[in-house]
Amino acid sequence: MGDTNQNYLTHPKGIMSWLLTLDHKRIGLMYLFGGLFFFFVGGLLALGMRAELAAPGNDFVSNDTYNSMYTLHGAIMIFLFIIPAIPGALGNILLPLMLGAKDVAFPRLNLFSFYLYSIGAIFFIYVLLSGGVDTGWTFYTPYSTTSNTNVMSTTMGIFIIGFSSILTGLNFIATVHKMRTPGLTWYKLPLFVWALYGTSLVQITATPVIAITMVLLMLERLLGIGIFDPAMGGDPVLFQHFFWFYSHPAVYIMILPAFGIISEIIPVHSRKKVWGYKFIAYSTLSIAFIGFLVWGHHMFTSGQSVLSQIVFSFITYFVGIPTGVKIFSWMLTMYKGQVSFTPPMLYALSFLFLFTIGGLTGIFLGAVALDIHLHDTYFVVAHFHYVMQGGTIVAFLGGLHHWWPKSFGTMYNQTIANIAAIGVFIAFNGTFFPQFLLGLRGMPRRYATYDPQFVEVHSYSTFWSGILGISIFIGVMNLLWSLRKSNKLDPGTNPWGALTMEWTHTSSPPHPHNFEEEPVLTHGPYDYDKVIVKPTFKK
Amino acid sequence: MSHDKSSPDFLYHHFYDVNQQYETSKLGMWAFILTEVLTFGGLFVAYTIYRAWNPEMFFNANLLLDVNKGLINTIVLIASSLTMALAIWAIQLNKRKLSLLMLFLTFVCALGFLGIKYLEYEHKFHLGQLPGEYYSYMGPEVVQEIHDQEKINHYIETNNIFFDKETNRLYTMNNPHIFFGIYFIMTGLHGLHVAIGMGLIAWLMVLTARGKLHARYYTHMEAVGIFWHLVDLIWIFLFPLFYLIG
Amino acid sequence: MDRLTEYLFPKQVSSFAHDIDNLFFFIFYASVVLFLIVVIGMMYLAIKYRFKKGDEVRLTSSLDHNTFLEVLFFVIPLILVTITFVWGIRSYLNMVIVPDDAIEIKVTGQSWFWTFDYPEGGSTLNELVVPVETPIKIVLSSTDVLHSFYIPVMRAKMDVLPNRYNVMWFDANQAGEYEIFCTEYCGTGHSNMNAKVIVMPQKMYEVWLAEAGSADDDLPLEELGAKLYSKKACNTCHTLDGTALVGPSYLQTSQMWGQERVFDDGSSAIIDENYVRSSILEPQIQIVAGYQGVMPTYQGLLNDRELDALIAFLKTLKEDSQI
Repeated sequence: MGDTNQNYLTHPKGIMSWLLTLDHKRIGLMYLFGGLFFFFVGGLLALGMRAELAAPGNDFVSNDTYNSMYTLHGAIMIFLFIIPAIPGALGNILLPLMLGAKDVAFPRLNLFSFYLYSIGAIFFIYVLLSGGVDTGWTFYTPYSTTSNTNVMSTTMGIFIIGFSSILTGLNFIATVHKMRTPGLTWYKLPLFVWALYGTSLVQITATPVIAITMVLLMLERLLGIGIFDPAMGGDPVLFQHFFWFYSHPAVYIMILPAFGIISEIIPVHSRKKVWGYKFIAYSTLSIAFIGFLVWGHHMFTSGQSVLSQIVFSFITYFVGIPTGVKIFSWMLTMYKGQVSFTPPMLYALSFLFLFTIGGLTGIFLGAVALDIHLHDTYFVVAHFHYVMQGGTIVAFLGGLHHWWPKSFGTMYNQTIANIAAIGVFIAFNGTFFPQFLLGLRGMPRRYATYDPQFVEVHSYSTFWSGILGISIFIGVMNLLWSLRKSNKLDPGTNPWGALTMEWTHTSSPPHPHNFEEEPVLTHGPYDYDKVIVKPTFKK
Repeated sequence: MSHDKSSPDFLYHHFYDVNQQYETSKLGMWAFILTEVLTFGGLFVAYTIYRAWNPEMFFNANLLLDVNKGLINTIVLIASSLTMALAIWAIQLNKRKLSLLMLFLTFVCALGFLGIKYLEYEHKFHLGQLPGEYYSYMGPEVVQEIHDQEKINHYIETNNIFFDKETNRLYTMNNPHIFFGIYFIMTGLHGLHVAIGMGLIAWLMVLTARGKLHARYYTHMEAVGIFWHLVDLIWIFLFPLFYLIG
Repeated sequence: MDRLTEYLFPKQVSSFAHDIDNLFFFIFYASVVLFLIVVIGMMYLAIKYRFKKGDEVRLTSSLDHNTFLEVLFFVIPLILVTITFVWGIRSYLNMVIVPDDAIEIKVTGQSWFWTFDYPEGGSTLNELVVPVETPIKIVLSSTDVLHSFYIPVMRAKMDVLPNRYNVMWFDANQAGEYEIFCTEYCGTGHSNMNAKVIVMPQKMYEVWLAEAGSADDDLPLEELGAKLYSKKACNTCHTLDGTALVGPSYLQTSQMWGQERVFDDGSSAIIDENYVRSSILEPQIQIVAGYQGVMPTYQGLLNDRELDALIAFLKTLKEDSQI
């Protein structure tokens, strides 16, 4: 194979070699830039919403525009950014490298998934340009069957992206099972692989249910089949059951990969064996499983039976405990290590802080009596932003900084990256912590205008949301700026001194076929007690 | 690529050997089957819930279905599952012509299934036994088609149905359109799977005829076989749930 | 109520509000402790074991588990969530078991206002009047999409469904006027679908019940109209200052009095008393071009005098556009 300077970014050349590539790394990069684009769009929508909420009345946009903005903000962030971002982008780039494989199990299927994602994205862009959709990302019937906005295109987009997600999950499962390099047993897998594996299981089992739910919703609108229409003997609450049967596990599709990233970053940047490897691995699977049994806690005020309330509340707490133990494991990983305050580590530490708040506020919402007061208020909004943004997106940014030199062979300005990470942390708390207060005081969510008693807290939140937007923008631009031509690292660089295979067995950026020779496993992913790999950072 | 020259041409570059490639494909297929089961699972749940809420209506509406056509279709599909299995058995023994014949028979069975399904649908469209708003069927066919007086009396006795002597029409039950909604969605989705399966079988026939599949490499056929058995299995659940209630 | 409760929560008006706030504080303090353990532990470890300038890169400890600590991390949260769970359910049962002597009020949600029907007959719009220290049973249903009926001071909330009745209850322990919000997204007017609950001393309530409906008889028409404008929830969709919400502003209609108005089917009509009357009673027949026809009918909700009052009020607007 010869030439050591060959890497997947430059070889082969030409636009068609990208569009028709079967290389998991290139597909991962396309997901990455697609995801970042929609992160930007979703972020702009969020800032627009905050601008409207700075004052109580309709000062910036009308009710209809606001409703469309919050719906698209939610749907775009979830379906086009968070769900595909970590598995689709980082997972695709890293999974085969971490397994010592040449590619994922089904490279063509992988490319097909990406194109399905793109087609779904086109539907969303169409919705965005043609006046939006105003049902909320939850599409509750009967409002969604009667709204005269673009519900059809949106649900069609979600349906298609659902298949993209299923096929990615299927691909990863086959890859983890069958493509490991000889000697790489299950307990030697990096925890990010475990996390992707758990995520994939949820993807292939939960996503078909949302797909069929979206089909039923479309048929309801198209043919009036009446399954969710009370006037025709149907039941609108049944839709909520279907929807949350997917969408609660979807929360784990979004957060489990983030757990995986944190489980990589903390040991590497603390140069310390990870605490409780087996526990983290198993809890990933058990969280994935229990996640299927708690959907009813989204419906505590829907009038379901008292018994269902009790059962769903009970099981909800069982998801909480393994998650809690994970947090302690990550914390204790640093014990007797050598902790470097690099940008990925700062993101990981802020993840621990923010996700702990996100998780603990979930305990408030799991208590039925208290949830009655807090349901559909800003308390819930703050809670899931602490989990989704403070958890998943912060972890994603951390992972992006961690594997950026691996993916592109360039190093960003670490000082700016650190400043951006701290900015994200402070501004995030400034934006969302006050929203807990709003919720406790009874401010309902999805309000374009509100009672003047809430104005002080709302305008405070709006102020910080602007800083948050700027911080994230600087963080991402700093990464992109590092791609300029003069900024190449030596291909042998291992800037963090990491021990997982993608760092120790291949160059940065990797060879088109990942490994120049068949990788031989010499140590476990976290053997910082046995092997020294000095951080190298050469231009 | 990195394989030595002895590696067969059907081995993709990212696998170590034929066995790994075969195992991987099979695992992928099973994962896909799991997805399919969950897809239909959602609909089975919808079926169960609505049947639990409207047991009378489901019972009455089920009598409007043609059990004979359903039964023939069941037999046809089971037969096709058998021929599919035989096709795989034949290719494992390198009997390509036999395998091709069996694939052809499977294809014919599938076509027959869809043909009968078409006749059933056509009849229902004609009568207006349709989902949701399009449901317009009000009756006399029931009386004409089912000559069992006891059954007619049974309808009349139930709360949801009454016989209007002036128009000589049997007015139907509460929300039968929901039954037909679920019936058309589930059998329609199943029919779509049969049609996709036919496409895949045709593709297998081309591959087999060209000699791409043989005893050492028949992964495609194995995978389609698993898919086809699933399609068969789903019908085996659909048949009693829709046609044989009561 | 201590000051922290006062800062965090709305007033505690229902009998179970206090208990729910206490549950909140139990979880809150437990969470603060757990949170501090995580954050202080994290900061301590990160700083204590930081990689200093000039440090050698070396092999680190192989310590990766400690059974005692792990059991502790498992058991302590388990105890805490068990208490939370039991407390949450116990309080919840208090909130669903309606006392037998409760007064039953029927609440109907409709895009975008609330109708309250009282057991003695009589109904109000967007204004729920209840006596103090009496259990009130609320029976909820919707005529269109989902809504949710939320009274923050009572800590009570329940979804409002079109195909079945949901029930909630509360009893207020202090008289006053409190907010009601809709908390299930229901379209354009969702954030304007709020109402008031007015808690009255028992005697006043009885007087109010007796007078309900008749008290307005002696008001002049324009004043009655101005009152009805907000009382009957016209203000949710129609402004007085010329800006268009869900429906056209009253000011615009008033200024166009006697002129022609174009509808979405291309037809048109002169704005006069009959036009206004029919668009209140049968709003779906003529829909002003540029608007969605989403207004519900007010047939049965307004009597003739009230209709006259609204028309009289509307006509005054063009002279007095200061309102």
